[in-house]
Amino acid sequence: MSARRHLPVIGSDGGAGADDASGAPLPGETPAAARSRRQFLRSAMGGVAAATLAGCGSFDLDDLFRKHFTELPPEEVKKLLARLEREYTAKFGKEVKVANTAAKPGVQFGYGLDLSRCIGCRRCVYACVRENNQSRDPQIQWIRVLEMEKEKGIDTAESNQYYDAAEVPRPGHFYMPVACHQCRNPPCVKTCPVRATWQEPDGIVVVDYNRCVGCRCCMAACPYGARHFNWGEPHLPPADLNPNTHYLGNRPRPKGVVEKCTWCIQRTRVGRYPACVEICPVGARKFGNLLDPESEIRYIMEHKRVFIFKEELNTQPKFYYFYAT
Amino acid sequence: MAVLKFLLGCFKLITTGSKAYKAWVVFLLGLIGVGIHGYAHQFSHGLISTAMRDQVSWGFYIGNFTFLVGVAAAAVMLVIPAYVYHWEPIKEVVILGELLAISAITMCLCFVMADMGHPERLWEFIPYLGSINFPRSLLAWDSMVLNAYLVLNLLVVGHLLFKAFMGQHYNKKIVYPLVLLSIPAAVSIHTVTAFLYNGLIARPFWNAAILAPRFIASAFCSGPAILLILFQVLRKTTPFRIKNEAIWKVAELMAYAMFFNLFLEAAEVFKEYYSDTEHLLYMRYLYTGVHGHNTLVPYAWTALVCNILAFLIFLHPKTRRNFLTLNLGCLLIYSGVYIEKGMGLVIPGMTPDTLGEIYEYSPTITELKVAAGVFALGFLVFTLLVKIAVPIVMGQFGINNVRTSRDEALARSTAPASH
Repeated sequence: MSARRHLPVIGSDGGAGADDASGAPLPGETPAAARSRRQFLRSAMGGVAAATLAGCGSFDLDDLFRKHFTELPPEEVKKLLARLEREYTAKFGKEVKVANTAAKPGVQFGYGLDLSRCIGCRRCVYACVRENNQSRDPQIQWIRVLEMEKEKGIDTAESNQYYDAAEVPRPGHFYMPVACHQCRNPPCVKTCPVRATWQEPDGIVVVDYNRCVGCRCCMAACPYGARHFNWGEPHLPPADLNPNTHYLGNRPRPKGVVEKCTWCIQRTRVGRYPACVEICPVGARKFGNLLDPESEIRYIMEHKRVFIFKEELNTQPKFYYFYAT
Repeated sequence: MAVLKFLLGCFKLITTGSKAYKAWVVFLLGLIGVGIHGYAHQFSHGLISTAMRDQVSWGFYIGNFTFLVGVAAAAVMLVIPAYVYHWEPIKEVVILGELLAISAITMCLCFVMADMGHPERLWEFIPYLGSINFPRSLLAWDSMVLNAYLVLNLLVVGHLLFKAFMGQHYNKKIVYPLVLLSIPAAVSIHTVTAFLYNGLIARPFWNAAILAPRFIASAFCSGPAILLILFQVLRKTTPFRIKNEAIWKVAELMAYAMFFNLFLEAAEVFKEYYSDTEHLLYMRYLYTGVHGHNTLVPYAWTALVCNILAFLIFLHPKTRRNFLTLNLGCLLIYSGVYIEKGMGLVIPGMTPDTLGEIYEYSPTITELKVAAGVFALGFLVFTLLVKIAVPIVMGQFGINNVRTSRDEALARSTAPASH
């Protein structure tokens, strides 16, 4: 039994917005950069396919004493990804891709959330679950939407996560979705005793599910409740599986490991928006490259009233709340 | 050869004993079986068989772990008064303290193991072999100091017992530095465990500099409380002798430690209630409940009452020297600190959670079974170690009591033919 209650959403079919083409330019990215990224992607996929054919045998002793993922030679990475693809394909009965698309130089992702627009409909919560292969039973959700009283302002102690989404937006209330803030000074990363979680060069904090020992220090350390544990065997119906996965993101997880939002690393690293940004019916969610002066996220930071959550903790989030109106 | 005989001797000591001893061991083995049964269920179904969830992600296991680190630390810190007051049976006190420390650390490591989502990946903690995040992660520090402390105590005890078994005097040059080293090591294991909580910015209840001093103060109460009862049991059932004065002296020291513990707690209560910031929420959850959620409230007050009563008992010389009230005080301290440093520390740190949600944690049957098994294992380790140590230290059992088959053959060949 999950302690989290089921959270209803209006229009529960969700209606995932039309996915943009996987090679579309990132917000503010030049077409040439997007092209080279696509080429890189193709060659990476080719390598993975070749390794799939070459590899055989399901259990790998290397698994137990493998080097840290960031220090693994490329051919070892290929072998590992190929083996995972075989395992997942066999388990779910459909072809699963496990990519390892690297961070692009000159990219530092940032996220904006317009509190004056958010209506608390929770469509983002479920789009995230569909995209990122979270366990459906027990339920795991990376985005928590807090309903707050306008009179009390941002006061988590007075917030409610279990409001009825059919009644939103309720008068006198505002809605504040919270997920991983991809802190520049992440308290979760330093507490991990085995370096199973780290910050990537583009600022995304990731977890290696093959290394996590499940001690949950990072969950105790996170001030945003962004880390979630697979308390039981994650149950994901094959029909619901999103087969386009990333090693450091939405690939299927085993029980006993911690998982978290990666700003849809499998999408954003190939130039797409995170699923939550795409689905938001009111356009409250913005995403882009903080290092690109022309990006929308930079425009927001320069022209809107921006604030970060729990700034007194010096976590230095790259997740900015703002009021557009 | 001598080592083999020593091991054989140990084996002989633990396999022979009174009916009461055997019944006790069987009882503990039974409880360990219960624990294994609980753990097998948890291992196959995952930690979902515990009551822990994302909101309260540490619970009964980590609470017990924290309490037992205190016991392990304080058992050896008792060596300090043994030196300061020149107790006669100093070697015996040192050995008993270290045996208790070994048992407590064994339980600590088992509780951490039981709490892990992937215990088979624990080799990752081994420096060079795994990818330990040292020195940044406090759990990495904790795993290192706990294991070092375990090895240190095993070395000292092993050496003392082996030499006594051989009928030789122990090597002062080895034992004294190691015993002296074990004192700061004892302080450090509990300090590092406190820092494990202390360094978490997300949890205001733990993120207070007073935490480590409070850990040490309460450990100076709970560790000796267990030892005082053990001293009395052992001097009744074994030739082990310890004077009343020594016990009363420890009890007096416990009164001071408990005063300091209560003082630090009062300082925290004042700070939180008088300043009345958002941080008060967690202490309110502990002492009065929040929005009708008050699972911990009776426990919190029980702990406070136990600690204050025990302090008064140990403060007054008359009640301190009466063994009935003394033992009552020990039990009160044990219960008080067990609540305070166990669930009373872990749960309010995480309730309400970082987004203000209140999930009321209380352990499941599986958690209770596993915990019972771990405690039984700790008691078994301690029982067996004491069973070995007491006769050897008392000089009642040594190399001459152990005969290998080769000795038997030798004895037969040299025996008079008429025999």
